[in-house]
Amino acid sequence: MTTHPDPAVRETPGAFPAAPAQPRAATVVPQAAPVDDWALGVDTVSRAAGTPEELQPYAELGLRDDEYDRIRHILGRRPTQAELAMYSIMWSEHCSYKSSKVHLRQFGEKAPPSDRLLAGIGENAGVVQVSDELAVTFKVESHNHPSFVEPYQGAATGVGGIVRDILAMGARPVAVMDPLRFGAADHPDTARVLPGVVAGVGGYGNCLGLPNIGGEVVFDPCYQGNPLVNALCLGVLPVNRLQKKEAAGPGNVVVLMGAKTGRDGIGGVSVLASATFDEGSEQRRPSVQVGDPFTEKLLIEACLELYDAELVVGIQDLGGAGLTCALTETAAAAGTGMRVWLERVPLREPSMEPHEILASESQERMLLVVAPDRLEAVLKTAEKWGVLATPIGEVTPPAPDGRPGRLLITWRDQVVVDVPPGSLVDDGPVYARPMREPADLILLQADRAETLPRPNNPEALRETVLRMIASPNLADKTWVTEQYDRYVLGNTVLAQPEDSGVIRIDERTGLGVALSVDGNGRYARLDPYHGTKLALAEAYRNVAVTGAKPIAVTNCLNFGSPEDPGVMWQFAEAVRGLADGCAELGIPVTGGNVSFYNQTGAAAIHPTPVVGVLGVLDNVADRVSMGFVPRPAGDHDQLFLLGETHVELSGSEWAWVTHEHLGGIPPQVDLARERQLADLLAEAARVGHLSSAHDLSDGGLAQSLVESCLRRGVGARVAVPDQFTGGSMPFVFLFSESAGRVLVSVLRGHEKAFTALCAERGVPWEFVGVTDPAGGALEVHGQFRIGLDELRAAHTATLPRLFGGPEAAQVEVEAARTGTTTVFPATAEQPVDVEPAPAEAETAEPETDAPAAETRLAEADTAPVSVGETAAVEPAEDAPAEAATTTDDASDAPATAEAGSAEPVTATGEPDQSAPDQR
Amino acid sequence: MTARVGVVTFPGSLDDGDAARAVRIAGAEPVRLWHGDPQLYGVDAVVLPGGFSYGDYLRCGAIARFAPVMETIVDAARGGMPLLGICNGFQILCEAHLLPGALTRNQHLHFRNRDQILRVESVDTAWTNAFQPGQEVLIPVKNGEGCYVADPATLDQLEAEGRVVARYLGGNPNGSQRDIGAITNQAGNVVGIMPHPEHAVEALTGPSLDGLGFFTSVLKHLVGAPA
Repeated sequence: MTTHPDPAVRETPGAFPAAPAQPRAATVVPQAAPVDDWALGVDTVSRAAGTPEELQPYAELGLRDDEYDRIRHILGRRPTQAELAMYSIMWSEHCSYKSSKVHLRQFGEKAPPSDRLLAGIGENAGVVQVSDELAVTFKVESHNHPSFVEPYQGAATGVGGIVRDILAMGARPVAVMDPLRFGAADHPDTARVLPGVVAGVGGYGNCLGLPNIGGEVVFDPCYQGNPLVNALCLGVLPVNRLQKKEAAGPGNVVVLMGAKTGRDGIGGVSVLASATFDEGSEQRRPSVQVGDPFTEKLLIEACLELYDAELVVGIQDLGGAGLTCALTETAAAAGTGMRVWLERVPLREPSMEPHEILASESQERMLLVVAPDRLEAVLKTAEKWGVLATPIGEVTPPAPDGRPGRLLITWRDQVVVDVPPGSLVDDGPVYARPMREPADLILLQADRAETLPRPNNPEALRETVLRMIASPNLADKTWVTEQYDRYVLGNTVLAQPEDSGVIRIDERTGLGVALSVDGNGRYARLDPYHGTKLALAEAYRNVAVTGAKPIAVTNCLNFGSPEDPGVMWQFAEAVRGLADGCAELGIPVTGGNVSFYNQTGAAAIHPTPVVGVLGVLDNVADRVSMGFVPRPAGDHDQLFLLGETHVELSGSEWAWVTHEHLGGIPPQVDLARERQLADLLAEAARVGHLSSAHDLSDGGLAQSLVESCLRRGVGARVAVPDQFTGGSMPFVFLFSESAGRVLVSVLRGHEKAFTALCAERGVPWEFVGVTDPAGGALEVHGQFRIGLDELRAAHTATLPRLFGGPEAAQVEVEAARTGTTTVFPATAEQPVDVEPAPAEAETAEPETDAPAAETRLAEADTAPVSVGETAAVEPAEDAPAEAATTTDDASDAPATAEAGSAEPVTATGEPDQSAPDQR
Repeated sequence: MTARVGVVTFPGSLDDGDAARAVRIAGAEPVRLWHGDPQLYGVDAVVLPGGFSYGDYLRCGAIARFAPVMETIVDAARGGMPLLGICNGFQILCEAHLLPGALTRNQHLHFRNRDQILRVESVDTAWTNAFQPGQEVLIPVKNGEGCYVADPATLDQLEAEGRVVARYLGGNPNGSQRDIGAITNQAGNVVGIMPHPEHAVEALTGPSLDGLGFFTSVLKHLVGAPA
């Protein structure tokens, strides 16, 4: 009864010197009564076989009755304590994707063929080839629940975890990005969570030497009890350095490298990530891991040196589910078995028990599979970098009949785990959970924001602009981003607040990549299918405006409880939307992450798919920035709005800020159009037509204009096109959130060629004005004129006011940047045509009347507009008042602490909540 | 003959590659030095780069100061070898007592990364002779512990001896006393600077090219220096 069926158990371990003599499982454990066995503190396999009736705390570990029965069936006995811990974490929602698997298959099934993809879904991160020699890998992951419980460490280890995923593929991590979502900006708990999260992201990433090149900071009451902390990492590798996770080659040594194993993070995935928050959340703090970025930095350097010397056969990071996950995944991937001496794992706390060692999520650890004759070299490299590396086991062969090997783990000569590794990794439960469209959705969609009262006169419009750009979601995020190092490694070509981060990956050729992550929970709440497509479209467009060609997609799907049919429906719709969208755009999903149970009690967050798009720039010198470009006196660029503007206000930032309204149907999304737009932008950037390009999204054209003006302190004069004059139409022109639009400034002399290119590519364009380098203001003809100082004061004051910190953004310094970072594309040889592009005869665009608009502007030019003292002084007086007004407005809305009651009220007068049927 | 400028890598150094790139762009040959190896391999000058040496545990720069390579470097610097400490390197120079004072936590308690205007106050050092006196330069600053402090007598002495090399303009990013961003030793061969000139050497990746002057200065200095 105690003889082990697996021959591996009776084999001699051989390979490495520290191994104690192989005990025979049969003789190790004194054959005492089970009760005495238990008293020794270890629940062994033999004991488990002899005590089938013993009660086990599987429900407390998150396993259902049928799941527990299945484990017993697989093992042919009850699991040991250690095995139970392993199954509970590997079969948790976080590790097994048991609720999402059936939906996520679409990413593979619908993916367009790509010859660039070197590693796809199922690997630690997708790897995409970008040149003959180089590949990049990128992935975004969530660390939501830990960051709510302990903001600093939760966010820090979120960065650390995704960096190790990238490292495990053989890549050097070269940049990070962080899409962050918090509760209401002025809620007291946001003042606890946000500064901690930001400091944690910065503290870890800065110390690791990774530039933070972008991300998001979004506020919405739905995230009050459930902030979303997503982290993305980008890595670069020579194509031939791609690493595998397979524990191949029986006789190879299994080495644990990095930090010692402690009690931190035990149950992180099963307790924190796979359950809904309730009252007791504070007590889960011990489930949050603690990060040590210094050790991770050394781990990175050590791993890269090992890769380059070709010293490892396989490698896997230790993240969620720690050693359990790494051991079972590497063995299952190779079909081999593994023999592990658990007591060899270096411990931070010597009293740790086997199940704790296996479940620990201590950070900064990697599992290596090494050929015995390379072991010494591996240990030497680790020693050079001051990193602990310890042989803890060896790879064993598959069964003689060809079945995969077994994972056999002993603890001080007692067998505590004996399982088929694949049963933990691949044979977990898969659920087709019930789905049902939320009952309130029809009413929610019927409550359209297009019916809300809109500003319809110049004064109201001016006030709306200032209020909107100061609202927390649209306000300048420098208070956050200046806590991140964006310069380290010296390859950051663009970083926040630009639409995309751009990183040079080859100094010799100028090859680079652009990356953007975007999501819009409100759109997804109103329509998860199209809302997800909109997130994809925005990220895609953000990459395209830099001139890059989008080639790959990653995603982080943040949702409520999958046990709620309404949430499950949202999830299924979102996945379908993303899979369809990627197929339409012709770019594959290369990997991603699902985060369920983002809810407090019965109130789920808005469904929040966050989509990351990666693009390639053959030469980063061609990249286009979002900022209008300073010109010598008298010179300016021409502004064109690409795409079509419709009356689309539902789900918009304006509806939320002004009316606390969420309802209706989000903007239409046309991915074929997005694709044409991207092709146009890439070509226009390549031939050097563009001085700047900026995506239009939250806050519409007004927001883009203000951001483009403030980036380098260059004003603009804009004419409202004819079809948008009258009533509230100028407002629609400025604040509609129609998708598929980009604001570009075109070098004088390039207009004809540019508009011809637009016509050729089928992209609607409209001449909307000129930059005004000398004017120092944003002027919308016939509507308002706001000095840049006043805009800047309104835009930059919000976050410092909410979260402390002395002065606002680096106003003067930005001004001093002028002329130093050149974004002039090299296009001097283009024929110079000073006239703005007159619509050629064949241009069918009815809306285009460039000369007329130019004339209106010219008239405005001659009007006695004082640009100097008054414009500069007045705003300084107004600005605080404006800002104060905004605070009051904003604070009324989301100040309500109870999740749910702060939700917008639907047409029925019911609070907007999905109908959760929680047991 | 190309000057050879050593760049030290400590465990936790982050901007070592950037410093080496800056040295190369300035026209010198970068030589990578390792913290555990006391050899300097005949370099003409040394840069201690930014980062978090040894995790900045205990105190920024406190452990790096005892690295084997530092003993050799300190000796060489006392003998006149040009030595530039950037950010963490500045902290190491203070810990090694090559420069007076100390760098403490930013007054606002946040890490801060911004493009910072500096006024070059002294052009009489090995690392700033390519600038004009009073020249304003734009260079990224990024640190969590960059607040320069010293006792009043030391500050007065630094001022009196013209050893304040650069001062922050347009807002002090970390609360440094007297807006000090860079100082030098009495001989002018050792300079510690908080902002990062190595991040302002390429139009594509930096806010300016102003940082290059620090690296071209040392080449000028070496050419003029007695062999």
